[in-house]
Amino acid sequence: MTEVFRAIGLGKSYPGVRANDDVSFAVSAGEIHALLGENGAGKSTLVKMIYGLVRPDDGQMQLSGAEYLPADPRAARAAGVAMVFQHFSLFDALTVAENIALGMENPPPRRELSRRIAQTSSDYGLPLNPNRRVATLSAGERQRVEILRCLLQSPRLLIMDEPTSVLTPQEAEILFATLRKLAGTGTAILYISHKLEEIRSHCDSATILRHGKVVNTVTPRDHSARALAAMMVGAEMRTVDRSNRQAGAPVLEVSHLSLDAPTAEGTRLQDISLELRAGEILGVGGVAGNGQEELLSALSGEALSPAGTVLLEGQDLSRKGPETRRQAGLLAAPEDRLGHAAVPEFSLTENTLLTGANRQGLVRRGLIDPGAARRFAEAVITAFDVRTPGPGTAAGALSGGNLQKFVIGREVLGKPRVLVVNQPTWGVDAGAAAAIRQSLLDLARGGAGVIVISQDLDELLELSDRFAALNDGRLSPPRATEGLTIEEIGLMLGGAHGMEVAHVEA
Amino acid sequence: MIDPLSVFLMLLGAATPILFASLGELVAERAGVLNLGVEGMMICGALAGFAAAHASGSPALGFLAAAVGGTAISLIFAGLSQYLLTNQVATGLALTLFGLGLTAMFGKPYEGTKAPSMPMGPLGLNWMIWLGLIAVPLVWWFLNRSRAGLVLRAVGENHDAAHALGYPVRRIRVLAIAFGGAMAGLGGAYISIATVLQWTEGMTAGAGWIALAIVVFSRWDPRGALAGAWLFGGVTVLQLRLQAAGVSVPVQLLSMAPYLATILVLVLISAQQKFGRSAGGAAPGSLGRPFHALR
Repeated sequence: MTEVFRAIGLGKSYPGVRANDDVSFAVSAGEIHALLGENGAGKSTLVKMIYGLVRPDDGQMQLSGAEYLPADPRAARAAGVAMVFQHFSLFDALTVAENIALGMENPPPRRELSRRIAQTSSDYGLPLNPNRRVATLSAGERQRVEILRCLLQSPRLLIMDEPTSVLTPQEAEILFATLRKLAGTGTAILYISHKLEEIRSHCDSATILRHGKVVNTVTPRDHSARALAAMMVGAEMRTVDRSNRQAGAPVLEVSHLSLDAPTAEGTRLQDISLELRAGEILGVGGVAGNGQEELLSALSGEALSPAGTVLLEGQDLSRKGPETRRQAGLLAAPEDRLGHAAVPEFSLTENTLLTGANRQGLVRRGLIDPGAARRFAEAVITAFDVRTPGPGTAAGALSGGNLQKFVIGREVLGKPRVLVVNQPTWGVDAGAAAAIRQSLLDLARGGAGVIVISQDLDELLELSDRFAALNDGRLSPPRATEGLTIEEIGLMLGGAHGMEVAHVEA
Repeated sequence: MIDPLSVFLMLLGAATPILFASLGELVAERAGVLNLGVEGMMICGALAGFAAAHASGSPALGFLAAAVGGTAISLIFAGLSQYLLTNQVATGLALTLFGLGLTAMFGKPYEGTKAPSMPMGPLGLNWMIWLGLIAVPLVWWFLNRSRAGLVLRAVGENHDAAHALGYPVRRIRVLAIAFGGAMAGLGGAYISIATVLQWTEGMTAGAGWIALAIVVFSRWDPRGALAGAWLFGGVTVLQLRLQAAGVSVPVQLLSMAPYLATILVLVLISAQQKFGRSAGGAAPGSLGRPFHALR
């Protein structure tokens, strides 16, 4: 096979972070080459260098044997490199044709362009109407726009940045069929992902990055997902340790909690009762939209419930808001990291104040104590291995997994009596997910009660002592997790809802 | 009595300063820049234009100087907002105050002098009116049909995506701001050279703010800007005629009418957007947001 692209000793530093260090690998024509790594391993920086968005500090690149150093993405496109972005690259208010024209160097006149879009989209089985506004398209259709934009330029090297993270499994299958077809025509494809199964079944080779360095280049089919994950996260990969935990006295009691749906699309909570013991993890499973968010709000205090329905160690908190509940030791970490659990524009230090202000003593005489807030932020960063230049970094600048570690860490270090988390590892890579799960177990071992609301059944089975299913706003009686089978859980979830077993990434 | 044709011809004149200013601001906003300094750029254009026309005796040179003056002051805004990433709202407001103060100081010697008379074009309308009318389809064509216009809209819609595709977000925005400054300068000079024929401190009298409102009214479409400018010009002319006809309404109320009409229309539009179906005509996605690329 002829080599299309080669990186030799690429390196790039940002203040406080060595994003890439001595990265070398090669991609051949017709090959689907995976770039595998945890969040923050340097995958994005690497492809940005190849696409001309970031200039490498050292090392060099070759395209078809010739020296290659694009000044900007247009130079990269002119050289035959195209890229499909994870996000940030479509214009909602513009039409499909306009979006595609923007990604081409010399777009043909409008009619000719529309004709070519129709032609190429039918060649590859990706139907699209060139005159639709992008705002009206689904996630899968949007990605089609990006792919078509690349295909129309007949690239030599196509870069795909986590393309399946927004797709349904069916859409992902279509995408891989398209990529196969494209590789068949001699295009080299660089495929970035942290989904191991996907890479094992579809990619010809894989370069694995860890902390900005190449760990190994392997044929993914020859290795188990577990082995790949181990390479990806290094020695830190461990199975969670569930030992040494004992259920103590009840800490949280919820009795006959019913709440109307907060919005028209919301779910009504109906007669929810549960008892959580100290040192216990209660798993709450269910298909999304069955009341998970509403349950979290009712427990965190964002939604108030009738008196006597939520009791923490005998103290009635039903009519108290979130801050009072936090003071009492009932903490929560909602699902949505950006905008609910953290303010994207705030620094990590400022974000600690959102829930830690009183509990951590970060406020003195009505004034913020910046030193204390920074120290607490640093403590969270250290304890949870949050990869960031420092506590002054804006929350929105962190990768999803790192921010999730920070958000969970902020609550865990708050020494809660009861912690409620919703989807703690959603969209988080394997290494970070394992760390978050371990921290929840450690918290329970320390005597706190933990409620984990999740759609990932394997996660719930791994973590929880008892399992309850949330179905249309009703909570099933909890059952001991030990001995519970996936089939039984399916029945608890109402069967007909057809929740699929979560796709575990490692 | 009030003759409709003469009112329309006068309306064209009254609408011209606002039409220029709002077309310029519209292009800047389409590129994602919210420049609230329109009033300041207009007043600078008004003085620069008046001074040049007075010194040279040529209105054409006056308008040229006005465009240069408007551009120059807009580049202050561009430097602050695009390179030093200052808050656009605050910087724009400061630009207006700065322009008003600057012209009040340098305009002193010109008070009481007269501008050279404007040469007339076809239909008894001066050339600037015609230029403004021609600018409407030109700006529309530029935005909707040209490649450069597409890139400009892309930058305004989503600057991160435009940057990721390799378009020079900052340079495009600086050019759009400069165009807005030049157009505002022309609009301001029209007031001093063609309407009032002399220089008075603060003579733009809020025209820049009306232009800003009209950009929203137009839903960022040059044709809408023309309609908005005509509406404002129409109410202005009508109230002047009513004053002249001695209608028994207090003068203050009549003078207020153009501004009241603008506010009323804006309220109606936002009510329609809020309660009606609103697919198109939304503000550019990156409007007013500072852009910073990590390299």
